[in-house]
Parts: sequence; structure tokens; C-alpha cells
Amino acid sequence: MKNYLDFEKPIVELQRKLDELRKQSETHPLNISLSEEIAQIEKKIAETRRQVFASLTPWQRVQLARHPRRPYALDYLRATFTGFHELHGDRLFGDDRAIVGGFARLEGERVMVIGTQKGRDTKENILRNFGSAHPEGYRKALRLMRLADKFGLPIITLIDTAGAYPGVGAEERHIAEAIAVNLREMTLLGVPIIAVVLGEGGSGGALGIGVADRILILENAYYSVISPEGCAAILWKDRTAAPIAAEALRITARDLLELKLVDEIVPEPLGGAHNDPQIMTETLKVYLIRHLHEVQALSTEDRLKKRYERYRACGHFQEAPSVMAVSVGSSQPTTDQEQPLAVKAGNGEP
Amino acid sequence: MAPFVPRKKLQVEPANPKRVAAPLADTKLIRKPKLGTSRPRKKDIPEGLWTKCTKCGTMIYDKELDENLKVCMHCGYHFQISARERINALVETCSFEEMDASMTSVDILNFKGVASYTEKLKQYQQSTGSKDAVVTGICLIGPYRVGLGVMDFNFLGGSMGTVVGEKLTRLIETCTDRALPLIIISASGGARMYEGMFSLMQMAKTSAALAYHARNRLPYISVLTHPTTAGVMASFASLGDLILAEPGAMIGFAGPRVIKDTTQAELPPGFQTAEFLQQHGLIDDIVPRGEMKQRLINYLGFLTGN
Repeated sequence: MKNYLDFEKPIVELQRKLDELRKQSETHPLNISLSEEIAQIEKKIAETRRQVFASLTPWQRVQLARHPRRPYALDYLRATFTGFHELHGDRLFGDDRAIVGGFARLEGERVMVIGTQKGRDTKENILRNFGSAHPEGYRKALRLMRLADKFGLPIITLIDTAGAYPGVGAEERHIAEAIAVNLREMTLLGVPIIAVVLGEGGSGGALGIGVADRILILENAYYSVISPEGCAAILWKDRTAAPIAAEALRITARDLLELKLVDEIVPEPLGGAHNDPQIMTETLKVYLIRHLHEVQALSTEDRLKKRYERYRACGHFQEAPSVMAVSVGSSQPTTDQEQPLAVKAGNGEP
Repeated sequence: MAPFVPRKKLQVEPANPKRVAAPLADTKLIRKPKLGTSRPRKKDIPEGLWTKCTKCGTMIYDKELDENLKVCMHCGYHFQISARERINALVETCSFEEMDASMTSVDILNFKGVASYTEKLKQYQQSTGSKDAVVTGICLIGPYRVGLGVMDFNFLGGSMGTVVGEKLTRLIETCTDRALPLIIISASGGARMYEGMFSLMQMAKTSAALAYHARNRLPYISVLTHPTTAGVMASFASLGDLILAEPGAMIGFAGPRVIKDTTQAELPPGFQTAEFLQQHGLIDDIVPRGEMKQRLINYLGFLTGN
């Protein structure tokens, strides 16, 4: 497998040159110092990287989010957290290895971490089903979340999946129900929930462990209702239109922050998370701790109310004053009488 | 009233050279071309009078078909039915108080696709006469006052954008506040792409509202009709205390083509039909359209103790 992306090629080539020079300078019989050349190339690498990453297109970010060397959930579980103990199985059918979960500590604090997990190589990808979970995965996640709720452990979910698995077995064991139940139950869990989109936020498969008090997203991650390829196939009748679809769907971290669908972007090191996993895992830790403390400061009642309102406020629509105005839900006083035909931004509700 | 139909529409292409030439190859005599067996009949008949059953091929008089709630009298095939027709068939006369009838979608992403979202909306609003893909309201079904949401597959594939999510959420919240049972009749291809992540979030929004409705121990009956898939199936449609389906309805999470492409395997016969779901223990019962109203009344009575 090629483990770099097309737009990373100039950087990779310079890196190769640099490695060669270093090797040469070590083994050169005349012991000629190549340090000047090495320094020059290092400078050039940094410069190229800055240039390439300064103006990434949405499609390039999607590719970065899928980078084969990108840190996955377990990499964060080993570095951002300590003392991870994996817990297995949904107690119903099996243990879905595409979702991992268990006890861990975040800066000493006890938490429950649940994440979708991709494989690093073909063998592991078969084990992990390429990070696409079956119903068992979502049911295991719910089991662990209920366990966390019972013992007052905050829940942190790490999302990196192309989507829930589209397969015969998944349908037979009702993947739609597994996801739907998670959406409903996560609304009512009393403990704080923080979701982080690490790489791919693939539609319902991501949302199935993604209902939370805070939603963070890594700088080059994406979160979308449908994969750009899927959207391109349906609307453009051509999968190769994926780059256009990626732009139209507004799925990058920056788009989502602008649309107020995520709370904060977690910055990645220059060149992407895979370029310096250590910095990446450390950065995430800082962000997680801050958000966790903020959410923990709320009473359970306030937290649940805010969690509900967060989703309640999602979306934009238009309404004209209706003749037969029916008063509705107490959580959202309607203002349609005062603002005829006003476009209502959910977040701007009184 | 039969509309004027141009003459060529009434005839079955008698002058089509291909149809005449084909029998020549293997028969001695030139046969008269057979009239209208291979072409879909619908095109040959004045529209609005007769419909050919998709399953058994019988010609059905449209008026009779409508009277039978768009179910074939001969084979029981369930045709698609609009949200309004369904409401008419279910609720007591004049009892339906519609909610949020004027709510319309907004192209918040300024979606740059092959066709603009605004254009699409306009087009579907014209062709269906509806503002969006769901109609909601409070009504009487039998003696019971309930919140009713009915999706319309004819509007952009019944896809769920913000309007569908918002209208359903308001309906659910109203039911929670007024302690009413809830019935949602789904027909949807899933979340609406044109509103991107806002559409996905409607799954969480409706499910969250249902969480509070359920916590108040109020009944929710989900009725799945052809087709109910993806984002709708993976949210409110799967969360009913009771889940009923119409016969033959296609129900699932992923589309069959996606599954076939991903797994490279043959799909089992009847895969993702209502019958398949019942066999696998995923729904409570299959109820033909004609019996749906009485069945809902029975369940509502049983669950509310009347």
C-alpha cells in the first residue's frame, strides 16, 4: 500500500533525498560533510509542507482524514490516555472489533472511552472490518455507556469510520435499530459525553456513537451525511465527482465550525496528524481535559437540558405565519408571529 | 373527465419496423404485430382512468383503486400513496389539525450540485402540492386523539432535511406536553444530502425528542411503508414501542446495491422486505393498508387502557 497521498509527493521525495544524503554522509569514505546540503533540504521540506498544507481543498482533507498512517483510536488510547483496559462484546451476539471500548484514565481521571478502530494493515483491517461496525459494535458501545452511566464515568467517544457496515448480516441483525437506540439513549445518559471526530465522520455510523455534550473535530477530519463518493454517485451519477461533492456538502472541520455543528477544532501538527502523532495525541489531551471540566461543572439536569437543546436547535428553515397557529413544544418558544418569513437559525433561538 | 390524448399515444406503434421485422427471422408468415403486450400499458391508456398493477399486471380502474386505498384488489400489491390520501384514510373526518403547514426548506449550504437545491424544492413543491416531505398534525383516530406524522415519498424521495426533522420534533414535543400517543408513518430514502450535516443531525434531534416522549410512558407506533431506509430507519422509524409494516415494503439501512457492491455477495431472496424483517424478528407485525386503521385503534386502546 502506498502510504502517502498524491499532494504529499513533493514532500515525500524531498524526504527521500534527505535520507539518502544522511546515509551518504555517514558512509562516505572521504568523510565529506554534507551538513550544508542537508540543512538546505530540511528547509525546503518545511517550506514545501507549509505551502501544500496552507491551501488544502476539502477533497484533500478527506484524503488526509483517510491517510493510512493517520493515528487511530487505539493510538490515542495508548498516548492520550493511560491504563486502558479493553472490554469486549455486546453480551448478545459477538465482539465487534471495529469498535473498541473500555476503562481508561485521562490525566488520572476515570473515564470510559469508546472508539471506532480501523486496521493498520490488511490483516488487521479484516479483523477490524476497515473500521465499519456491525450492529454488535453499536450495542457493545451502548452497553459500555450504560456501564459508565451507572458508575458515574464520563464518556469519551473517538470517531473514525467511513460508516456503519452495509452487509446482509448487519441488516439481519438490525443495524438501523442499533444506531437509532444509541441516539435515543445517549440523549438521556447522565454522565458527560464528549465526542471527537478523529478522521472520518461517516454518516449514521459516526453519529451512532456521536451524540454528546461537546463535539470536537480534528483539523483535517471530516463529518458528513454521506461519503463524497456516494453523494457524487447519486447527484452527479459519477463517483469521480467526489471532489466537487466534498466541497458542496461542506464537511470540513472549518465548515462545520462555521455552521455551528461542532464546538471546536483540534489543531493538527503541520503536515497532518500522521506527521507527528506524539504532538497530536498530546494536543487532544489538552482539549479533552478542558472540555471535560467545563461539562463536568454543570449539574446533570443542566447538562441534559443543554444536550437536548444542542440537537433541538440544529437546522435552518423558513416559515410563514400560519392561520391556525398551534402552540408547540415548551423547549422552543416559536417566534413565527413576529418574524414572518424569517429564516430561523436554530442557534439563535431566544 | 378523460383528458385529450393524442392519437399516437392510443396506438401501439403498429408502424414500428422493428416489431414487424423481428418475427420475420424465425417464422414463415408475417404476423400481425401483437397489440400492447410488451410495452407498459400505462402509456397506451388515457391517464387517470386505468392503472396496471406492478405485480400482477391486472388493469385496475383508478376509481376503484383509490377506493381500495391504492391496493390492488387482485394481488394485494400496495401502490405508493400520498401523505394526504393516507391521512384521509386514517383520521376521523375534519379532525386533522395540521401543524407547521407553512414550513419550508432553506438552501443553507448554498449547495452547488448539478441542480440547485432551491430549484429542486420548487419543482417538487409544484409536482406534489406539498411544502416538504412530511405532514404533521393532531387528529382523532377512532376515539383516540393522537399526534400523526406522515411522510411523503413523492417529495424528494421522502428525504429528511431540517423541515422534516423540525416538524416531527415539534409533533413529538407536542405529544409529550399534551400526553398524547404518537404515530409516525414513514416513507423515505434517508437523510437529505442537500442540507449536509444538518440533515444527519435531524436523526439525533428526532430521537432525542422521542427519548422524552418515551420517558413519559406515552405510546409511539411506527409504521413503515415502501420504502423506509437509511437515516430515517436509523432514527425515529426504528424507535416505536410497536413497529408495523405494510406488506412488501422495502425496509433497511443500506441500499441493496450498496450492499451488493460492498460485499460482492448475492442477496438472499426477499432481502429487506417487510416479510424478511418479520422473519428476522425486527418488526411486530405486517398490516395491510386496509386494516391499518382498525389495528391502530386496537393498539391505541390497549396501550392507553381503554
